[in-house]
Amino acid sequence: MATLEIGIDEDVAVSPVKRTPRLGLLFWAAIAWIILIFAAAGLVGVLPLPSPTDMDMLERRAPVSALHWLGTDGLGRDELARLIYGARISLIVGLCAPVIGVTIGGALGMLAGYFRGRFETLVVGSMDVLLAFPPLVLLLAVTAYLGQTLLNLTCILGVLGIPAFMRVARAATLTLARREFVIAAQALGATHARILLRELLPNVFLPLVAFFLLGVAVTIVVEGAVSFLGLGVPPPISSWGSMIGEGRESLDVAPRLAFIPAITMFLTVLSFNLVGDTLRALTDPRQGAL
Amino acid sequence: MMQETQQSQRDPLLKVENLVVEYAVGGKTVHAVSGVSLQVARGETLGLVGESGCGKSTLGRAVLQLRRAVSGRVLFDGQDLTAMQGDALRRMRRRVQLIFQDPIASLNPRRRIGEIIAEPLVISGVKDPERRQQLVCEVLSAVGLDPSLVIGRLPHEFSGGQCQRICIARALVLNPEFIICDEPVSALDVSIRAQILNLLEDMKGRFGLTLLFIAHDLAVVKAVSDRVAVMYLGRLCEVGPSEQLFARPAHPYTALLIEAIPVPDPDVRPAESVPVGEPPSPIAPPSGCRFRTRCPRADQRCIDEVPELRAVAPDQYAACHHPLIAAG
Amino acid sequence: MTEPALLSVENVSVDLPTPRGNLRAVDQVDLKIGAGRTLGIVGESGCGKTMLSRAILQLLPKKAKLSGRVMFDGHDLVRLDPERLRKLRGRSLAVVFQDPMTSLNPVLTIGTQLIETLQEHLELDSVVAKRRSVELLAAVGIPAPEQRLMQYPHQLSGGMRQRVAIAIALSCEPKLLIADEPTTALDVTIQAQILDLLAREQRRRHMAMILITHDLGVVAGRTDDVAVMYAGRVVERAPTPVLFKKMHMPYTEALLAAIPKIDAAPHTPLPAISGRPPDPTRPIQGCSFSPRCRYAAGRCYREKPLLTASESLDHQYACFHPIQVTAGVCE
Repeated sequence: MATLEIGIDEDVAVSPVKRTPRLGLLFWAAIAWIILIFAAAGLVGVLPLPSPTDMDMLERRAPVSALHWLGTDGLGRDELARLIYGARISLIVGLCAPVIGVTIGGALGMLAGYFRGRFETLVVGSMDVLLAFPPLVLLLAVTAYLGQTLLNLTCILGVLGIPAFMRVARAATLTLARREFVIAAQALGATHARILLRELLPNVFLPLVAFFLLGVAVTIVVEGAVSFLGLGVPPPISSWGSMIGEGRESLDVAPRLAFIPAITMFLTVLSFNLVGDTLRALTDPRQGAL
Repeated sequence: MMQETQQSQRDPLLKVENLVVEYAVGGKTVHAVSGVSLQVARGETLGLVGESGCGKSTLGRAVLQLRRAVSGRVLFDGQDLTAMQGDALRRMRRRVQLIFQDPIASLNPRRRIGEIIAEPLVISGVKDPERRQQLVCEVLSAVGLDPSLVIGRLPHEFSGGQCQRICIARALVLNPEFIICDEPVSALDVSIRAQILNLLEDMKGRFGLTLLFIAHDLAVVKAVSDRVAVMYLGRLCEVGPSEQLFARPAHPYTALLIEAIPVPDPDVRPAESVPVGEPPSPIAPPSGCRFRTRCPRADQRCIDEVPELRAVAPDQYAACHHPLIAAG
Repeated sequence: MTEPALLSVENVSVDLPTPRGNLRAVDQVDLKIGAGRTLGIVGESGCGKTMLSRAILQLLPKKAKLSGRVMFDGHDLVRLDPERLRKLRGRSLAVVFQDPMTSLNPVLTIGTQLIETLQEHLELDSVVAKRRSVELLAAVGIPAPEQRLMQYPHQLSGGMRQRVAIAIALSCEPKLLIADEPTTALDVTIQAQILDLLAREQRRRHMAMILITHDLGVVAGRTDDVAVMYAGRVVERAPTPVLFKKMHMPYTEALLAAIPKIDAAPHTPLPAISGRPPDPTRPIQGCSFSPRCRYAAGRCYREKPLLTASESLDHQYACFHPIQVTAGVCE
């Protein structure tokens, strides 16, 4: 006797338990720190801070006081102000450079992973060439030729980040482009653009964002290192890296001049790493039922 | 070949002529489909059966031009799909749909069911969102799911059987004429298979569909098909009406397949199978008849000459030099 | 059964903690199998048959909690110390899994994997072990066995790989072989060959075998006894001919009816079982099959039926309204 299943599936009526991973205390602390740094950097015009470039030669390496909350550096400039202005630099470079990387690298990676063939070989090959270039040499060449500005620095670091994002996007796209839901879209007559944007991008997006946050962390460190070497933003603009570099000379007298920016950078990088890692854990694809 | 004698009363909706599909794997060529011709009449279900590596899935995809053939033609309602490109092909695709083996992988894990089923409508230009919603709800009810409970959810919240219903709904929403089912029940539990098979039969009747049903399970294929085609290593071995073919198979491979099926009846003791070895690789298929390496009836002629499909009984054709039924 | 049971599973339950709550994968299962006999365990996905096989082998995930006893050859495997358990596994107790691509190590040659097992358990020296490996490969029907020793799993077809897995399992002359869906991933013609091979080797070695499958057809022709599992429990157990001719469980009847038969006419509507197998994390009050059962009535929804024996002690079922089916005639 034929029994066609036309009844309503009652099991669907009960809402399935969503598996939210518990975001621990560390995660929220990291978020709090990031918000603090952003707020400080953003509100810098409003905060009652002395100018970071005012040199007070009588108060060089002054200790912590009511006037200078973190003291002054080797040239009498207010440490806290320099720290917060330095945060601006780190955040600008730290965010903008990976944005260049993720948009260009992400797009190239998705296209390479989807179309395969000669285009993919070309893309992967050019990325290999870019990776093979010693980054520091490239940086030196560009700053010598085009000048040592914030814009140039951001662009260079952005370009250097493209291969990594390309790899992530390509890897994600390769696994997805084989799956049947993409073939189903093709069978429905979807154009390539539609498949890339509506089918593949939503799946590639989260891994890319997670990697982006890790990229932010790395870029901040790189910017710091480059500034430490004197190749980053030129003085008198302060950057955490250059502050560490300047603090090197005062290590015996006032070690805080080097350590305060270093610790701040460390905490910021750590926070971005934590948030990026948590996001990556959240984007793990769901396997089938038990 | 058999075009003249076969289905002369009903016009074939789908006609595959000498289709050859090959692709390169690591420097070698895989001869997935080597000259297959078949027809499916309007309103009938043609079952395509064979073991892994026989090329049946590749054939299904090649019909839809998802994989381009090296040579041969695919005529749908008289129009040559192999010669079409771009927009013309995309328009034709709305009339032919595809259902896959893995229902969960066939759905984009990040999109909601409502969007997934509305996608074909968007692609084919149904602009009014309310109209789309209405069609989506209609088709979901038709496959036995409550739209209000299903539309806002993600695929991972459903079981395999429910996902397959959703895939069938997606295939039906554009009101196609022809659906290619590529192993639609193989990944499902036994008790769910019957539900989905019944659903397909019901949808076929309700929407007036023509089906090409690809599977490796003969009993499943027989249950839903009017005619069955048996494939081996890229070539057709036998084609005929379901009852007739299974009752009296003409091709030794068909007979081997039927014998190998485990029957759920303890009185039927499985015959101690003659070890006939493994199927050869489609990269280097045997000359002449491709089944000859496993066939107890093979002789020199089978090595030298490729057998053509010949009538062995009314409406039954086998590609064999020594068929089990004397040629009629 | 005149012989004492080789394997006796006594009141075994397996609980798994999951984010959604406790999952009772196996619920108070009792099974026995004697030397040289074949027991088929049949069920769909989620019925607990794979977990049961892991429980017997003591290969459960770390978080799983096992209760009950598993008596094998006089030892309680649950309480056995790990070293003696390790010696038993592979030697007296062997396994063949469903997917030979993942049960064979892809980076080691076939020869290495075979010889390794032989040397570990039988302490043969390498020359003898190699000779024995070649004999084993030949016995399972692999052509050109000497060359195969050097090959890697990916160079072999699915059927060949499964034969290798069987060769490894049989290499130390086990007393019990557990075959967990050994042919599900294989083509039907290869399946027949592999099942024949298993039957042949079993007869030669007087080996007991547990054949776990979802295919009632496989069970019908190749087992002595059958246990049907549903939602973690054994719901019916009988000698094979008895089960198919005189089944008592509505689930067994429905399962058999839902399978397309090769001798049925095309387009015969299939009597499908409505609904789907229950979610193990949301146990149903009363009989687990009651939401899908056409005979379910009041008591079925409140109480869980226990396994009771019918006229013959060999045939047990868990149902308040058992079917009395004789030779194909429906009730």
